[in-house]
Amino acid sequence: MSITTDSLPVAPRLAPALSVGWLGWVRANLFSSWLNSLVTIALAYFIVKYAIGFVDWAFVNAIWSVPNDAAGRPDTSSCRDNKGLGACWAVINEKHRFMLFGTYPYEQHWRPAVVCVLFVGLYIVSAMRRFWRMELALIWAAVLTVIAVLMWGGVLGMPYVPQERWGGLPITLILATFGLAFAFPLAILVALGRRSKLPAIKALCVLYVELIRGVPLISLLFMASVMFPLFLPEGMNIDKLLRAQIAIILFAGAYLAEVVRGGLQALSKGQYEAAEALGLSYWQKTGLIILPQALRLVIPPLVNTFIGFFKDTSLVLIIGIFDLLTAGKTAIIEPMWQGFAVEVYVTIGLIYFVFCFAMSQYSAKLESELNHGRRR
Amino acid sequence: MSAAETLHSSVQTNAPPAISLAGVNKWFGALHVLRDINLDIALGERVVVCGPSGSGKSTMIRCINRLEEHQQGKIVVDGIELSDDLKSLDAIRREVGMVFQSFNLFPHLTILENCTLAPIWVRKMPKKEAEALAMEYLERVRIPEQALKYPGQLSGGQQQRVAIARALCMKPKIMLFDEPTSALDPEMIKEVLDTMVMLAETGMTMICVTHEMGFARQVADRVVFMDRGEIVETGEPTALFENPQTERLQLFLSQILRGH
Repeated sequence: MSITTDSLPVAPRLAPALSVGWLGWVRANLFSSWLNSLVTIALAYFIVKYAIGFVDWAFVNAIWSVPNDAAGRPDTSSCRDNKGLGACWAVINEKHRFMLFGTYPYEQHWRPAVVCVLFVGLYIVSAMRRFWRMELALIWAAVLTVIAVLMWGGVLGMPYVPQERWGGLPITLILATFGLAFAFPLAILVALGRRSKLPAIKALCVLYVELIRGVPLISLLFMASVMFPLFLPEGMNIDKLLRAQIAIILFAGAYLAEVVRGGLQALSKGQYEAAEALGLSYWQKTGLIILPQALRLVIPPLVNTFIGFFKDTSLVLIIGIFDLLTAGKTAIIEPMWQGFAVEVYVTIGLIYFVFCFAMSQYSAKLESELNHGRRR
Repeated sequence: MSAAETLHSSVQTNAPPAISLAGVNKWFGALHVLRDINLDIALGERVVVCGPSGSGKSTMIRCINRLEEHQQGKIVVDGIELSDDLKSLDAIRREVGMVFQSFNLFPHLTILENCTLAPIWVRKMPKKEAEALAMEYLERVRIPEQALKYPGQLSGGQQQRVAIARALCMKPKIMLFDEPTSALDPEMIKEVLDTMVMLAETGMTMICVTHEMGFARQVADRVVFMDRGEIVETGEPTALFENPQTERLQLFLSQILRGH
């Protein structure tokens, strides 16, 4: 009778303390060599230093409101004395309604406010996959109609507000939402058209993409606002906002088309052939097999382009449309508020960031959800 | 010999051919890939097409459901001539199922959805009925338990069996197999071949491009040997393999046998 020790299994032991847990992570990623340790310490020094500086400026030394002077106007002298030491958030406190809604009649501000809430609600509903049905199109049509009624008014006891007086965040959301909602289907059609076997359709799509991509958005906006009316018959006038909107749709459409085309090209030929061999028609093949796969492949560049265009809507300032950025700029034009641009831009930047960050987080979530069963 | 004869007896010789290729020519640019192909395949016949790579065998069967277009000659499938007319093409594709070398399952759909897609959208079958049909065929290829998984979660052999079930769900009269086992690991080839043998036993008209000579001997009524775009020899499998008439077939067989 003999017992061989090597037939016994090796009992599990704890991993060395310095290779697991947060201590292990810190060691492996921050202090793995003397050079890494040096870089870590140097960077930590600068980060802490500037973080403290920012907190001091933004919170500790900040002025949140200013008193009114004898004439009933805000007295910004305390802010001026504090310049360089602390932020003057009083400017936001005082001017936030103008920044958000521009020259829209002050007592009617609840209307654009509701519009903004409706837009955000629409985004949230559209983002939920269980609402991805035909009804979603009806929801969009209904919400956009309500938004138009609220903005223009003239019915239900709401006074009429001409489009020239709209401004601020609603303009940015209108341009971005309509822009992408129309540009995206356009882009899909153009991307499919570029791969068409019919030479005329293909040439038309290539021409469109290359022409639009070849000019800056600013020149397209100028053309839409200055040149386009010259070609219209006398007396006929298309709303300035609409013209800018069309320019943005055409521009975004060309860029998105190339992104979508990238996805179409990434699919193997076998997917097309399998769909054809089963007898699916062109549109069945495209809608059921090709696009669902191609679009999920390009979610990251697609959202990248969406985010880019959300911010590019601010370029309409050069043709005198009051979007969020322009409204912010105009808010500090009064002499007493001049010099507080940083506070205004930080705030506007924060608003843009919230929307863009939400988009990027959503795309990451969508990507991981849609990639089920796919081995990487 | 007798086994082959009993299989032969299932072929209806008097009926018009299920597939007829007459004087078919095709070029890829200047390359002449199909040269004067003449081939009639009867209903219920099982034909294995073999030949060295680049001999045009895949191109030939891909012409039958028009994944490739031929430039000269006439192809008639199930009484319908292949032409530019989309209606006739749709009609042919409904009757001809195809299994590919690389499976080509739709990775974003479950196994069940892969199988029900074409019956629902092309045959306009109610969803419930299509699902019952799909489960029936998935049971026949012996993977009903995978129905709710995605293709990426299955082995190559399982995926290919799903691909066969998917094609069968359209209830085709003719099945085309384009090197169905060439992308598989050796241990998975058998399960796919077994499925194909089972299908052959049901009397399905089959054309298989394959190098599996064992399979050819077991089920084929006829073997077609192609080389450089031509049909060089055709005949009953035992006769063809044991008594090759041309040098090209002798060379090919010696290479195949050396490989095994």
